[in-house]
Amino acid sequence: MTNNKDKTLGETLRSQGISRRSFLKYCAATASMMALSPAMIPKIAHALESARRPSVIWLSFQECTGCTESLTRAHTATIESLIFDAISLDYHHTLQAASGHAAEEAREAAMKENFGKYLLVVDGSIPMDNPGYSTIAGISNYDMLMESAKGAAAIIAVGTCATYGGIPHANPNPTGAVSVGDLIKDKPIINVPGCPPIPVVITGVLTHFLTFGTIPELDHIGRPKVFYGQSIHDRCYRRPFYDKGLFAETFDDEGAKKGWCLYKLGCKGPTTYNACATTKWNDGTSWPIEAGHPCLGCSEPDFWDGGGFYKSLSMPTENIAQTAVYAAAGAVAAGVALGAMNKSKKNSAAKAHNKTTIDDLEK
Amino acid sequence: MNEIEFLSWVRGQGFQIAVIIFIAGVIIRFAEILLLGRKANIAEAKGSEMSGGMRTIVSRSFPDKNTFQRSTFTVVAGYIFHIGLFVTIFLFAPHILMFKDVIGFGWPSLPTPIVDAMAVVTIIALLAVLTHRMRDTVLKFITTKEDYLVWMLTILPLITGYMAFHRIGMTAPTLLAIHILSVELLLVVFPFTKLMHAFTFALSRWYNGAISGYRGVQS
Repeated sequence: MTNNKDKTLGETLRSQGISRRSFLKYCAATASMMALSPAMIPKIAHALESARRPSVIWLSFQECTGCTESLTRAHTATIESLIFDAISLDYHHTLQAASGHAAEEAREAAMKENFGKYLLVVDGSIPMDNPGYSTIAGISNYDMLMESAKGAAAIIAVGTCATYGGIPHANPNPTGAVSVGDLIKDKPIINVPGCPPIPVVITGVLTHFLTFGTIPELDHIGRPKVFYGQSIHDRCYRRPFYDKGLFAETFDDEGAKKGWCLYKLGCKGPTTYNACATTKWNDGTSWPIEAGHPCLGCSEPDFWDGGGFYKSLSMPTENIAQTAVYAAAGAVAAGVALGAMNKSKKNSAAKAHNKTTIDDLEK
Repeated sequence: MNEIEFLSWVRGQGFQIAVIIFIAGVIIRFAEILLLGRKANIAEAKGSEMSGGMRTIVSRSFPDKNTFQRSTFTVVAGYIFHIGLFVTIFLFAPHILMFKDVIGFGWPSLPTPIVDAMAVVTIIALLAVLTHRMRDTVLKFITTKEDYLVWMLTILPLITGYMAFHRIGMTAPTLLAIHILSVELLLVVFPFTKLMHAFTFALSRWYNGAISGYRGVQS
């Protein structure tokens, strides 16, 4: 039996019983999802078939494992998850059997063997306040990231914590959490935000990397444009209700039952770029807005600090009524003081006024 | 500062600062006007100050025949953009949500496409009044820098709002943030420019009407 690592992706998939037909279906779906021309399908198939399983090192820092859950807990074994299985995942705390020194050795060996070629996947943010907040085998997250990044061909930051700091970075950010992009400037970084990100998005990014050997086209905050190019709002099936001005006012009123727009319930869809509205979740079963809940905006930076999930986008985030009352109270006092000053000025001007008499005119 | 931080700032602290300046500015200006007082009129009253004053507040909203004939364009375009501003500011659902959050109550909104169309009509009317102002020799002569500033700050929220709604040109969070910021700029300069007429029109009309009412003549 050939060493697992020497097998091509095609061989691995065939050994797991994936038919050529379903493999090509996956290639076609990936091409259409990434807005590539149909002419690219054979190219993708060929590239994937002949690709050596790339070494992937997965680092988990300040995170909740939700991103890993999202990728591995697919309903059924999907071809996407098999593609994911078919990479050589040489280090992943949660998934690997080894622990302690053995685990760290595996990481070091993979880094050495594939220097300059391995993919580094990171989920979780990095605490910069005190390295002791999060360590692995006594190594601080910062040290481990910097060391592992050196030989990486590219870095994929998975989840909003790794891409933009996420929940650990939320106000008041007790651990001084930062994102991967805040620390590493000299490597290509693909940001795959979401809390968690959609599984098919990460396999799509991997497929792109395997097919073209390059990173996909990114937007201004490092997200692959094919998945994050359009906002939730622009692809939302409830958009016609927004355009007509038909909104659910509460979670159980007539509007909610009729499936009207959730803008008034705090939906962040208008300012959120993600693929939920088109790829959906759980094998295309549904997604938050279809389930009747407003979008939280989880693939955007600082989504936790946006003034509340149920506060609609047009509402101010501070207590403006209280601000206005204080401002008014202060202004009334200032206005009265200014009025009094004006009045005394007027009175003294009146007093200083010399009346012109007939005598004056005769002078 | 990324675009989401920018949006958070204009929805939070930025909005707070703008509201403080707006409320304080309006109240102080009102206090100064009202506390200045008037000399007692020792002439015998020949009619009611109150009825003349109140009637004029309303009657000045309708141009008399002469004025209408002499300045048809100003009256019509003026009406259009004032009504348009009212509709776009106060009858658009997301705006009403904002008012409800601040003052505790809301009111029914107009269907979004109507508000959208009104925004376009208002922008056109404002462009027309500016063109008229710049082409009319007399109007141009009496125009100050403040007039241009006020025009600019009035049309900006309309244009940025239209762009934010139709998502033209930039990313959605940036568009929304720029729209809110443009409204905040308007709020900040509001009390210190002729925009104050939105509040003081009632005072000045009442005063004009009251003088006539006191004298017992038609106001």
